[in-house]
Amino acid sequence: MNGEQGGGVGFNRRRFLQIAGGGVVVALIGFGARYALKREREFAYPEDLNAYLRIGRDGRVTVFSGKIEMGQGVMTSLAQMLAEELGVGIAMVDMVMGDTQSCPPDAGTFGSLTTRVFGPALREAGAKARSALLGLAAKRLGAPRTALTVQDGVVSVIGAPSRRVTYADLAGGAKILRIVDRRVPLRTPNEFTVIGDPVARLDGPAKVTGAAKYAGDLRLPGMLYARLLRPPMHGAILMRIDTSAAARVPGARIVQHQGMIAALHPDPQAAAVAVQAIRADWSEPAATVDSDSIFAHLVAVGGTPDEIAKHGDVDAARERAPHRIRSVFHKGYVAHAPMEPHTALAEVKDGRATVWASTQTPFPTRDHVAEMLGLRRDAVRVITPFVGGGFGGKIAGQQVLEAARLAQLTGRPVMVEWTREEEFFYDTFDPAAVVEVDSAADPSGRIALWDYAVFGAGPRGAAPIYASANERIVAARNGPDIHPFAVGPWRAPGANMNVWARESQIDLMAAALGQDPLEFRLRNVVEPRLRRTLEAVAKAFGWQSGPAPTRHGQGIACNIDAGTCVATAASVRVDAASGRVIVDRLVCAQDMGVVVNPEGAKMQIDGGLTMGLGYTLAEELHFLGGNILDRNFGTYRIPRFSWVPRIETILLKNDALAPQGGGEPAITTTGAVVANAVFDATGVRFYRLPITQVRVKDALAAAAKA
Amino acid sequence: MMRALTFRLNGVERTLEIDDARALLVVLRDDLGLTGAKTGCGVGYCAACTVLLDDAPIRSCITPVGAIDGHAVTTVEGLASGGVLHPLQQAFIDHGAFQCGYCTSGMLLGAVALLRSNPHPSREQTVQALEGHLCRCGAHQRILAAIESVAAQGAAAEEAQ
Repeated sequence: MNGEQGGGVGFNRRRFLQIAGGGVVVALIGFGARYALKREREFAYPEDLNAYLRIGRDGRVTVFSGKIEMGQGVMTSLAQMLAEELGVGIAMVDMVMGDTQSCPPDAGTFGSLTTRVFGPALREAGAKARSALLGLAAKRLGAPRTALTVQDGVVSVIGAPSRRVTYADLAGGAKILRIVDRRVPLRTPNEFTVIGDPVARLDGPAKVTGAAKYAGDLRLPGMLYARLLRPPMHGAILMRIDTSAAARVPGARIVQHQGMIAALHPDPQAAAVAVQAIRADWSEPAATVDSDSIFAHLVAVGGTPDEIAKHGDVDAARERAPHRIRSVFHKGYVAHAPMEPHTALAEVKDGRATVWASTQTPFPTRDHVAEMLGLRRDAVRVITPFVGGGFGGKIAGQQVLEAARLAQLTGRPVMVEWTREEEFFYDTFDPAAVVEVDSAADPSGRIALWDYAVFGAGPRGAAPIYASANERIVAARNGPDIHPFAVGPWRAPGANMNVWARESQIDLMAAALGQDPLEFRLRNVVEPRLRRTLEAVAKAFGWQSGPAPTRHGQGIACNIDAGTCVATAASVRVDAASGRVIVDRLVCAQDMGVVVNPEGAKMQIDGGLTMGLGYTLAEELHFLGGNILDRNFGTYRIPRFSWVPRIETILLKNDALAPQGGGEPAITTTGAVVANAVFDATGVRFYRLPITQVRVKDALAAAAKA
Repeated sequence: MMRALTFRLNGVERTLEIDDARALLVVLRDDLGLTGAKTGCGVGYCAACTVLLDDAPIRSCITPVGAIDGHAVTTVEGLASGGVLHPLQQAFIDHGAFQCGYCTSGMLLGAVALLRSNPHPSREQTVQALEGHLCRCGAHQRILAAIESVAAQGAAAEEAQ
């Protein structure tokens, strides 16, 4: 049974329940598309809801989701949402994720959308399944539905608990076709027993025992490891190649196909030896930009920007403003650097392709593989094991195409595991960016002018959260053609840049007025939820009122991202001699609506803030034209244990609001809050991220001289 | 060169006829079927490949397999015994001390080695011991808390007997 069978208008509101295979399949028809984002129509959630869950004869519930688990914890939070609505314990739920053959289509796991957009679809499936099962139970028990209650997959008569039937019993019954025609409400926060519970992560046992499988952990008989010949820099052209020495490596196989040159071998080290034995001459283009000149380039190619927000008259306000503050902020390229490099294992045989991939986008990846191999979509299956970190970097899927093509060409299963050097070379980096802002406040501390332009990063995080009498916010054209190598979404794309620039400028304005930066924010912030969040973080932190620099080394910053209001306060020390910034403490408060798993949400805050220390204090890709100079962790430094502050998290109760995003909001505040705290500690404002040790040392020395 | 190696792997005596220059990590993952140790950087910067050689944490990606001859190797698969998780494994679950899980095996073995040599480390000593272990998800604070909870129980000290 599927939605297409009942495709006619008027059939949509019917819901079916029948026996299929090993258990009850609940096929609930009637929604789907409304949960999809407009731009993701192609992967709209299906009408046929047996795609979402299956109840086995043993009573276990299998949930199918096209989302993937890359560390963000949605395997657990999705299970909670389904368990809540269906009326089973979370221990009865098994998750199947990111398998294009068994899961409902999905555009991908990014944008803090899993809980906000897939969550409601899954919950509704669970609620309707419960309703259908209650209907069956009512017949079986000879009691009206209203007399029944459900707990842990057992339906019983209220007041007569011995009159009971389990979901498993119902699943094992006779063939049933049941049509229900009623809208089923979702459970409300006062009814929640599973949502809101800090359930331990379901993937914990597998991950601490080494049992958890990632793409690179899989093995197929006859499998070859492939290593591809890579250019020394982006834009290099292959002039001459000699593979004879490589071909002499015992057991090695060399494949050349449409510019792709690969060495394959059953042993990964031997494949590496073979690829290194390929002699290749490259023509290398001259560098036009580098890590420092990129900023002028981005402004020069910006063209006519898109308007994000506009009201009042910024030009007139500029004339009137007595004390304008004009700032230019720069941030370099930042790598995703997940600990698991891009990996894919592919098998192509009998006109079908199966790929096990480290990807955030199994369904689009399936389509790309099908297109490349000339197969129908349904002849390609992408299976997503655990993903070892993504952060937006595993959306593109180049390694999957490489593995699939090589598997097709060799007729053998092929594993492509990028080396760390390949990972840094082919990353879709967080783009370098420039923000130019011209702003002014009136003497009472109200913002009178806000003229803001962003280049390179895109608009996320640039939209106003403060009231301004006269405002213009623009974002320059952004796309791959303006950057010397690939760029792409990086955890809250663009927002880290925009929030750092905006919140730095807000602090500059407060300091110029001699006002406390917290009070200045509270005076100008628009959203009451954000005001409450700021107040909560200030209280928990122990904010000391006064205009910066107070020399306490305290900072505050806030944002609204993915529907969540977030405010963070920081306490830092700056060692003038070494230039080292020591972040001692971060306190973060979030109003993210209903919290599905508070512990999971806190883990995401901890993780976001910690990861954010990288782009704030150290991470900046060095390059010369298309030549990427940082290729491993020796020169590209990511946060380490010695950097990590004490982190405290506060989740504000707001059950009136549906669950909002949790994976991205916190990280958008890290750069801003640390930069503001560094200013408070030193009186020196930094206009370039990262705030490296060298830059701090130089700036403090210059300030001391001045 | 090819030679016979004798070693204990997770408590079991093993012999292997093998090219002794191959990387221990590859041998563990491809020849011995133990994929808990991970490839992260390939050159010893990230510690995702950490295993124990006797009681010392080593980077298996840059260790030739010949080095294990006559020694004991412990991987993450060898930490639990009799179906009971090692106290550190349990603490990692209890403290949510992992996210994507890719660095977790290396972190656990680094922590096991630390507590075997120093059952009650200071915060600074723990940070120092794990400084070379990279985690991109930002689980650091919880990893430290998990290790300190085990040290406080003294459970690791007993385990090390």
